[in-house]
Amino acid sequence: MFEIAVIGTSWGGLSALSTVLAGLPATFAIPIVVVQHRSPDAAGVLAELLQSQTRLIVTEVDDKHPILPGHVQIAPPNYHLLVDRGYFSLTTDAPVRYSRPSIDVTFSSVADEYGRHAIGVVLTGANEDGALGLRRIVDRGGYAIVQDPGTAESPIMPSAALRAVPRAHVAALAQVAGHLVTIAPPRPPARDRVGAHLA
Amino acid sequence: MRVEGSEPSVGAGAPDHAREPARRREDRERRADRPPAISVSTDPSAPLSYDPELERIEIELLLEGIFRHYGFDFRSYAYASIRRRLWRRIEAERLSTVSGLQDRLLHEPALMERLLLDLSINVTAMFRDPSFYLAFRQKVVPLLRTYPFIRIWHAGCSTGEEVYSMAILLEEEGLYERARIYATDINEVVVHRARAGIFPLERMQEYTENYIRAGGMRSFSEYYTAKYDGALFSPALQRNVVFSQHNLVTDRSFAEFNVILCRNVLIYFDRALQARVHGLFYDSLVHFGILALGSKETLRLSEYETRYEELSAADRIYRKVR
Repeated sequence: MFEIAVIGTSWGGLSALSTVLAGLPATFAIPIVVVQHRSPDAAGVLAELLQSQTRLIVTEVDDKHPILPGHVQIAPPNYHLLVDRGYFSLTTDAPVRYSRPSIDVTFSSVADEYGRHAIGVVLTGANEDGALGLRRIVDRGGYAIVQDPGTAESPIMPSAALRAVPRAHVAALAQVAGHLVTIAPPRPPARDRVGAHLA
Repeated sequence: MRVEGSEPSVGAGAPDHAREPARRREDRERRADRPPAISVSTDPSAPLSYDPELERIEIELLLEGIFRHYGFDFRSYAYASIRRRLWRRIEAERLSTVSGLQDRLLHEPALMERLLLDLSINVTAMFRDPSFYLAFRQKVVPLLRTYPFIRIWHAGCSTGEEVYSMAILLEEEGLYERARIYATDINEVVVHRARAGIFPLERMQEYTENYIRAGGMRSFSEYYTAKYDGALFSPALQRNVVFSQHNLVTDRSFAEFNVILCRNVLIYFDRALQARVHGLFYDSLVHFGILALGSKETLRLSEYETRYEELSAADRIYRKVR
């Protein structure tokens, strides 16, 4: 039973994320956490753009905000995003391989916290961030999905992830959402949205 | 690789801990009910022996040991980030477990010194988040003009870059003469460096850009003199600044303030300590006093939320109203 899906992407990420999130139902049962490399000046814009593409609730994470199902929660620029018992925790520790937020940092935190209940997804990107983190997710018993590099705007990041985790499930961009729904089935519609008032 | 969604579920539906974060203890108990990760592995190559709850015990014991032996209290720091910093130290010392670090740490004061530096690293920059300073000029400065005397507490000032930034801003707004900035940090070493007022020359280009975007009115280079590889900031900027050591975890308030700046410090505290420090700030502010937090820190979800109004939501500037 999965409890969280964390998605890492860089160059080409906005378009790829739009495709994935548009394919998920509003009843998608587990929290989605997004780490997308971007300029520190772009605060807020990504969440707005993605919100127009999905029925899930998209927000940029504040420190100690709860991790919520039905939400897509985005790492803010210039902070690393960690998870701790149902909450996010931000740090301004040094960039890792020039990135803050670093996909590896968030993936590792999710791997250690959620173990086999974590899904890691690596999409398009022009650097190798995310490969080590995805390896860690799998090492802790979690599940790995990598965008088919052939369908990626920039294949470097998914290719690196596949080298690190050769057994990862490979999906064309258009199939990523469908695969997420298969392995993490949406909750029955009768269920309410506990926590939605916190949005 | 297995798809785990088909496994018998643990409890019903989505994780309780994601939905009802306040129920921390129940959450822990529920997690303890789970079968240990190692017994459910069907993949022999996956090292599933990692036990996060056991590691939490090790880290809590380590922090308790540091507190009782050395007197430094990190017990209420945000677990996820302190854990990450501890592991960096563990790797740097070529150790392999938290307990291994504890053994060395308690017997080697020199190692404690190194860890202390790891744990008290503060990232800072002059006019960090320029939009904050711009909002401060536009929304806070007009309010401050109504006071004959302005007391400002910069809590967690690190090496002082943001203190000099505020001094420059107040100078340009014609308010510095009637202001007094109390700049504090837990770490005496950084307070000492802040007092020196020398910052790396190679960052001046970045700081100049920040200064311009923050609404700077002059030429940034007027404020410093290049000396060797450092930029020495004008001692005049310090004339109304009092630097001192202060510990937000243990020390009490020391005055009433019109403005409290505490940016990107609370993110390193756990929620209980954050709540306590918010109490300290609330008690230390005059009526209509200003509280400025880091750009991703919020009063929402805190019990003090209703005691303040937002002056600038995006820049996390609040005003105490009740």
